[in-house]
Amino acid sequence: MNKTAVSAISASDLTKIYGGRAALSHGSFVVPAGSVCGFVGPNGSGKTTTIRMLLGLITPSGGSATVLGESIKHPEKYLPRVGAMIEGPAFYPALSGRENLKVLAELGGFPLSRVDELLAKVDLADRGGSKFKTYSLGMKQRLGIAAALLPNPELLILDEPTNGLDPSGIQEVRGIIRDLAIGGTTVFVSSHILSELEMICEYLVMLREGKVIFSGRTQELLSAQKPIIIARPEYEVDLTKLTNTLSEAGYQIVIVDGSLHIAAAKEESAEINRLAFDSGITLSSISVVLPTLEETFFEMTGDNK
Amino acid sequence: MIRVVIAELRKLRRPSLLLGTIATVGGLSALFTSIVFLMIDSEDGNTKRGESIGPKELSEALGLVYGFKLVGTFLGVVALCIFASQTAQEYSLGTLRNLLVRQPSRMKILAGKFIAMKLFALVMVLFAGALSIAISYALAGRAKVDTTAWGTSAAMHILFESALNIFLATLCFGTFGMILGLLFRSPISAIAVGVLWNLILENILAALINSTAKWLPGINFANLGEGGNPDLTYKHSIAISLSYLIIGGAIAAILFKKRDVAN
Repeated sequence: MNKTAVSAISASDLTKIYGGRAALSHGSFVVPAGSVCGFVGPNGSGKTTTIRMLLGLITPSGGSATVLGESIKHPEKYLPRVGAMIEGPAFYPALSGRENLKVLAELGGFPLSRVDELLAKVDLADRGGSKFKTYSLGMKQRLGIAAALLPNPELLILDEPTNGLDPSGIQEVRGIIRDLAIGGTTVFVSSHILSELEMICEYLVMLREGKVIFSGRTQELLSAQKPIIIARPEYEVDLTKLTNTLSEAGYQIVIVDGSLHIAAAKEESAEINRLAFDSGITLSSISVVLPTLEETFFEMTGDNK
Repeated sequence: MIRVVIAELRKLRRPSLLLGTIATVGGLSALFTSIVFLMIDSEDGNTKRGESIGPKELSEALGLVYGFKLVGTFLGVVALCIFASQTAQEYSLGTLRNLLVRQPSRMKILAGKFIAMKLFALVMVLFAGALSIAISYALAGRAKVDTTAWGTSAAMHILFESALNIFLATLCFGTFGMILGLLFRSPISAIAVGVLWNLILENILAALINSTAKWLPGINFANLGEGGNPDLTYKHSIAISLSYLIIGGAIAAILFKKRDVAN
């Protein structure tokens, strides 16, 4: 490895065009070495295309990128140190989970002893001998994660690793990612469960329609968003009156579960309290919250389905 | 590349494929060899195209491998199906991306797969040959065939030559299947096209326009297994077979190397 590399992944104007349509257009982003970086975007925004380019599976139409300090033109130089699970787990249905891992271990030149070690790590030790086709979606997903961990990777790329997992499975994956991050492994993970990413990712790369719309620290993204002031009148009958009062004052309001969600700076909370008081309404609570990653994502991508 | 071969052999020795193949080639070998000896007095014939071969001919050195030679083409068709499915399934199952992440050199993947399947085909041919010979010995007495000449050095020479030819023909059919697997990326399509072409379309074409027969791939592959004949020499079949496989193989290899692994 190029030990001096400070970025595990660095893309510059990376582009992939399919039949005149840009799946990724001039994508530039950096994933710092040793970080856990989330990769988010609506379906079809170019996440999997980007991951495939980084892994040498498809050739970029333009731009460049490096992985672990090596150009993606020479995947053989960095892939032995990269673990990856792309677009869900794909294995041979007639082979057992253990045999499937052994095929990949032999191919990559990794010790076969690692296979049982990893099966235990993803809680598949007792089902390792069963054929892959008999596995549940969650078990398949866990086997995919085990396969990605085979090389004891410096960089782990996971595409939707929690798909099909139950809450405890999701928690286990989160634990695995955290353990790897503590050990210095860079993790680049795409997921639709944004609350999960918010918990574990210090960096984010966000895509929309093949364009990178954000790349940087998660906290930087969230703190740049307008906070929401949540005000709850003491009596629910006052909800409409308070809405009218604040609307007349120029605030944008959404009613959620008997509370008013007001997009405004936190300094405005005193003014909102005063307006309510002047209208003869008592507030039972007023608080300021930052939007979650999910809310920010919908705001930025315009995808609120 | 040796790592690719070892990994491929692990896939090829899975019980469903290995036992299924052994059962198929064993069954074919037993069937064809048994017909030669058990129907030796039949008026409908006991060999290909309703022809007959009697105890006198079978008592010669060639009698040892007669059944084995009959099954040769069918071993080729089995190899075509296996090579095609083992190659195309990497696309249809989506496992190719795993292979390429662990071994980025696509040519090494292809070469390793080919070598592993060659070894598998060798085992298949040797098993079919051994079973055919065992059945020939077992049924020779009943068919009044004298087996004295089967133990001579001439018989051993014929056995070695026939095994080599059948292995070569099996490899040609298998390579043809692998090329189809790489082109179609679907096991069902590759096998369907391969079997339909070799077993049906080529025969129709050759029957309609007789002169085409010597230029068709399947007929030349099969002719290699039979060791050539006066109408279609061994040398000609080698040249035609190699031409098809080198050109087809080069096109398939270039596509495999350049094509995006997108799905």
